[in-house]
Amino acid sequence: MRHLRGVLPRRLHPGVEMKAAAVEIRRELMKGNVAICLGAIAAGCRFYYGYPITPQNDIPEYMSTHLPTMGGTFLQAESEVATINFILGTAASGKRVMTSSSGPGISLMQEGLSYMAGSELPAVIVNISRSGPGLGGIAPSQGDYFQAVKCGGHGGYRMPVLAPHSVQEMYSLTMRAFDLADKYRNPAMVLGDAIVGQMKEPFTPVPYEPSVPPEKPWALTGCKGRPRQNVKSLYLKDNAIEVHNWKLFRKYERMREEEVLFERFRLDGATIAIVAFGTAARVCKTAIQWARQEGIPAGMLRPVSLFPFPSAQVDEAAEAADVVLVVEMNTGQMVEDVRMSTRHHDRIRFLGKPCAMPTPEEILGEIRTLAGKRP
Amino acid sequence: MKSPGKERFSRQMFDRPKSLVDVRTHFCPGCHHGIAHRILAETIDRYDLREKTIGVACVGCSVFLYDYIDVDVAEAPHGRAPAVATGVKRAQPDKFVFTYQGDGDLAAIGTSEIIHAANRGENITVLFVNNTTYGMTGGQMAPTTMLGQRTSTSPYGRDFRNDGYPIKMAELLATLEGTAYSARVATSTPAQIRKAKEAVRKAFEMQIREMGFSIVEFLSTCPTNWGMKPLEAQERVLGEMSEYFPLGVYKERTQADFV
Repeated sequence: MRHLRGVLPRRLHPGVEMKAAAVEIRRELMKGNVAICLGAIAAGCRFYYGYPITPQNDIPEYMSTHLPTMGGTFLQAESEVATINFILGTAASGKRVMTSSSGPGISLMQEGLSYMAGSELPAVIVNISRSGPGLGGIAPSQGDYFQAVKCGGHGGYRMPVLAPHSVQEMYSLTMRAFDLADKYRNPAMVLGDAIVGQMKEPFTPVPYEPSVPPEKPWALTGCKGRPRQNVKSLYLKDNAIEVHNWKLFRKYERMREEEVLFERFRLDGATIAIVAFGTAARVCKTAIQWARQEGIPAGMLRPVSLFPFPSAQVDEAAEAADVVLVVEMNTGQMVEDVRMSTRHHDRIRFLGKPCAMPTPEEILGEIRTLAGKRP
Repeated sequence: MKSPGKERFSRQMFDRPKSLVDVRTHFCPGCHHGIAHRILAETIDRYDLREKTIGVACVGCSVFLYDYIDVDVAEAPHGRAPAVATGVKRAQPDKFVFTYQGDGDLAAIGTSEIIHAANRGENITVLFVNNTTYGMTGGQMAPTTMLGQRTSTSPYGRDFRNDGYPIKMAELLATLEGTAYSARVATSTPAQIRKAKEAVRKAFEMQIREMGFSIVEFLSTCPTNWGMKPLEAQERVLGEMSEYFPLGVYKERTQADFV
């Protein structure tokens, strides 16, 4: 791990001064989970709390090695329940803070996430998801889509969910998650899986360009020179909780208007439009290239933000294509959002593979079948 | 026009602590939260900590801390106040951080968080208000409910064969290496209140001197849910509660580990 310390020059770790230019940007072979750490550190995150769980242990291991050397804090909690509340406390103090876990641990954090959404506290939560339900397995899976996108905690809240499909995106979307969290005073999630977390590929540590001001006047820092203030989610008086819910709703509507992220991959002229995210989308890219070589006009719309979901873009793709093929590493979760995005339900097909990565051959076979050829 | 003599005789000797907000209490008659709040506010003033204090409120009657104490307060999920306080203290080690928790919060749902915060020697101060019941939700059985005590969920009285025994947190936490100070106090007589103030001062000093985790358990009343008059509730604290939960200092560190 020691060589990694040279990848990001110290000046890229901006701390309080968030805007800093890269001194030396080198292309490196990098592991997805470590790219998340580098993205967080570049974005000024100096607090990380977590609890061990496979397949994301590279993240706490990296953070425990490197954060103390740059004046940051790493703390291993007694559980994910405690973790998310450490996060709540540090977020309430106005500091950028991150945790990472996998499905079973993210389940334990749902209580805290609901409280943080209700108390309007920003933090980044990384889910390097594994197979479920229950203890499931450690194989890659996209089975946590519902939990992440619909939000598994109580009371009705939303949070931005970003789904990287490459090591480069693990880095850049983590930085973006910090900005989104601060912009909306809301938790934000990076949803990866065991494959994007564990794989290595070339990566460029581009400098962090903050899109939000660093001031947090709402933070609890002691009431010196101002009236006391609270961070809370309890609203008992009159209709205060209704007012609060409408305020949160307007925030989620603004996310829907301003934060949709997607990639169009060879979608122009495509009669077979694939919709896939994360690792599944990465495999689809290979299958689409092979299909194009065979003269089958396939393309893909890849949602990068799963909340807000690129509904208009999905509808547009469904309008233009003969068939919409939804590919997921589960038995069908995002496909429900695809159905809700368009009236062309009869064009939607689903290829799911729970708890395993589909091969490009499998997807190509499905594309051939949909194109009326032998698989 | 005032005469100089009159002014001398009307000198104010006793006042509301600066850190205690001047509002009408909403707590029930005979409840001891107000006494604990006053001791807390007086101690914050004594060490001039008001502008550098962050409190963490828990779930239950004690959540309304932020209506009474004039400091920044974060609200924690049920039982998680020590974890939230950990997050605050790690981010702002120069600030004074305390939690204010009830017995359902600290000794049932939050047992894991309090034990591990104590065991880490987390440099925070915990005020633990033990009234042997869940007050806000209507008087259900708590982990500290006395054997034989009738509550809305132990209508035949707490039976150890079914519900186990009332848990003694001050003693339990005193056994942990990270705990610098652990004491149990009551606030039913003026003498007890003086001792309680002394204990809270000690607990504050532990944090100020970076000695580690400190906790003061208050034996408190809940006349409403006990079905007692306030004076009967006082008698219960002085009688059966103090017998089972003995008052005293269970641990007092004199030297920090790092010395």
